[in-house]
Amino acid sequence: MIPRPRPERFRLRRTMMFMNAQKPGLIKDAYIYGVDSIMLDLEDAVAENQKDAARFSLYHALKTIDYGDTEVIVRINGLDTPHWQEDIRVCVAGGADGIRIAKCESAKDVLTVEAAVEKAEEEFGVEKGRTLLMAALESPKGILNAYEICAASERMFGVAISGGDFRKCMQTTPQRDGIDMVVARGQMLIAARAAGVQCFDTVFTNLDDQEGFEAEVQQNKAMGFDGKSLINPKQIRYVHEVFAPTEKEVRQAEKIVSAFRENAAKGLGVFTVDGKMIDIAFIPGAERTLRLARACGMYEGDLV
Amino acid sequence: MINKVGREIPDYLLKNGKEVYQGKNYMDGKYIQKASPKTRRYEKPQESKIAESIVKALKDCGAKSGMTFSFHHHLRDGDFVVNMVMKAAIEELGLDNLTIAATSLGSAHDPIADYIEQGKVVGIQTSGIRGRMGEVVSAGKLPTPAIIRSHGGRPRAIEGGEVHIDIAFIAAPTSDCVGNCRGIGGKSNCGSLGYAMSDAKYADHVVVITDCLVDFPNMPASVEAIDVDAVVVVDSIGNPKKIASAAARISQNPRDLMMAENVAKVIASTPYFKEGFSFQTGVGGPSLAANLFLEKYMDERNIKMGWAIGGICGPMVELLKKGKVGKVIDVQDFDLDAVNSINQTPNHFEMSASQYANPANKGAFVNKLDFVVLAALEIDTGFNVNVLTGSDGVLRGAPGGHPDTAAGSKCCIIVTPLVRGRMATVCEHVVTVTTPGDCVDVLVTDYGIAVNPLRQDLIKCLDDAGIKHVTIEELKEKAYSLVGRPDDLEWEDKVVAVLEARDGTILDVVRKIKPFHV
Repeated sequence: MIPRPRPERFRLRRTMMFMNAQKPGLIKDAYIYGVDSIMLDLEDAVAENQKDAARFSLYHALKTIDYGDTEVIVRINGLDTPHWQEDIRVCVAGGADGIRIAKCESAKDVLTVEAAVEKAEEEFGVEKGRTLLMAALESPKGILNAYEICAASERMFGVAISGGDFRKCMQTTPQRDGIDMVVARGQMLIAARAAGVQCFDTVFTNLDDQEGFEAEVQQNKAMGFDGKSLINPKQIRYVHEVFAPTEKEVRQAEKIVSAFRENAAKGLGVFTVDGKMIDIAFIPGAERTLRLARACGMYEGDLV
Repeated sequence: MINKVGREIPDYLLKNGKEVYQGKNYMDGKYIQKASPKTRRYEKPQESKIAESIVKALKDCGAKSGMTFSFHHHLRDGDFVVNMVMKAAIEELGLDNLTIAATSLGSAHDPIADYIEQGKVVGIQTSGIRGRMGEVVSAGKLPTPAIIRSHGGRPRAIEGGEVHIDIAFIAAPTSDCVGNCRGIGGKSNCGSLGYAMSDAKYADHVVVITDCLVDFPNMPASVEAIDVDAVVVVDSIGNPKKIASAAARISQNPRDLMMAENVAKVIASTPYFKEGFSFQTGVGGPSLAANLFLEKYMDERNIKMGWAIGGICGPMVELLKKGKVGKVIDVQDFDLDAVNSINQTPNHFEMSASQYANPANKGAFVNKLDFVVLAALEIDTGFNVNVLTGSDGVLRGAPGGHPDTAAGSKCCIIVTPLVRGRMATVCEHVVTVTTPGDCVDVLVTDYGIAVNPLRQDLIKCLDDAGIKHVTIEELKEKAYSLVGRPDDLEWEDKVVAVLEARDGTILDVVRKIKPFHV
């Protein structure tokens, strides 16, 4: 049995890699690629008559494989299927860090899942509140209700858009400039930031189109996403490169955080760094930059 | 006697000056007396050396029982020549007590296992041994142990007279009527004939077997008529599909790619990665893919590779054509892109196995090599590598140029997945040591990188570049934690194969395996 530490609600999630939970060869050591989170899929990747087999392999993977620092999230089947309740029991019993709610359309969906998670935590003697949640928005209704979804539960750490289904609803296809989803992405980002949770972009499925992938990742970063869902390990490196802070940003963040702590000790709330006024409002951002820098191997100090 | 890599070598093998392995470069500076063959004079002008059959050529060369026949493996698993010749010698001429000295043998040579079982073939000297032959040799069916040598060790042994070749057989994609041979221009093309060159120079008799007779003179010849006694034309020397694959494709397996990327990262972190560096890589998934990532680093730093050697395949030829590598020199070609390029693309040259890797000559290419990237069946915590025996102790591999390039290069990188199925690749003790740990510098696995503690300089390079690495013991423990710790193999006393280090000392022996009982 591998004991996993209590999941951290707001950790670094630049990359979330989907893997079919039914494939032991894939999930046995998915952590070796250095992805931030792996997303073990019980939903679309698993055939209807294989759901049970997938849960079985998922449970044993969670119980026997040491995923180390890699976060393990499970995408469960939609609330309109007969599978989701059993999926939740398996996730909680196995000790998954979080659950991704497929096709989430309202705060009620989140609360329904939360209730089932809580029940399962009780059933399996898992610490209450341990299992985190995130929601996948796959429909226009989900996007319109993004804020209430994001704010529905203390377990919610983030929200992601699922491009495949969403584009179908909107009668569009992937466009080079991202115009097909720019409004939905923007609305979801605003909702997530307003609710104080993280926000993740959809997968890029054409593995042969590296240029298109890179353009999309750059746009993600520019729009303010926390990370991106991936379908192949070879997509990881580029996302991490793009989401890495610049050397200048890291040094600036380091200065801000250490100056803030020194001045706070002296009882000063406002001060200047390199001629710029700094107060407490700058601190969360600077600390996030340092955490990101540490994950990227760019920062080895002890400020975060 | 226990040798430098901790292997017990039976004393009865240590005769006629044979020593156990003493460490890298032990023989440096010593002298060898070169052997010379006894060859026949062809003073009288002759129209042709074509013999009507292999039997006729064997007779003309005075073939008799007890002789040593040599072969080369450029036709790889498509080779028909070894079986053809041995059948003629044994079934048509009734010879026995024969020794096969081949550059390598594969499953194409399964029929030879029958001749071993019948006692007709009594000696095997080779780099590679696989398939049924590996099984019968492992079962102790040879009266004397097989001798396994590296690609550099073999020409050393031939030139030094440790192996005396009575008749060398050259499988030639093209030959003219007097025996000038090339590896291209026919229907069973293999490109380089580098492994056959020493054989032709040091054998008493040389017989060329070809399926494509061309006009005299077949130039530039890889094996020259001045060394050839007879030419036999047959319908087919091999199966072209198995000689060279269409084109070696770079793996798309994410695990291979990740390891390849880390190999390139390690290379780029060393001081040897500079304008004009030299490089060899294998054709396995992650080894070949290293080309791809290396090219990125070369572009980034704006440097070019000076030269590359080895068995060569398409991706390296591609780099040559793009002007990113100065020269490519090879002993063997693995795919049609390489076959069609050698001696055709400017700066793509052929070399002999001796020139490639022989530790006893005065200028082997491997000694000038900066980097080599190699695979392994197993590697132990002493960085000793096994590429010969399987986890069941049976012969099924080939040292090839592995020990030569590892010893000669400034930075030898082994790249291998940590486990294969239920088998730990990184382990406590390899079944057989084929490349000694003092020649291996860095191990790249899918679970992490380890540097040989003998190479503190490289450890510093990796640290400076921010490349994470762990000890090889940690990797071993990780492997065992995943797949379990295997029971030790159980052996009988009988030695079935002797593994010579490239310098001719004894690196390890393979014993007869005890039948497995649950």
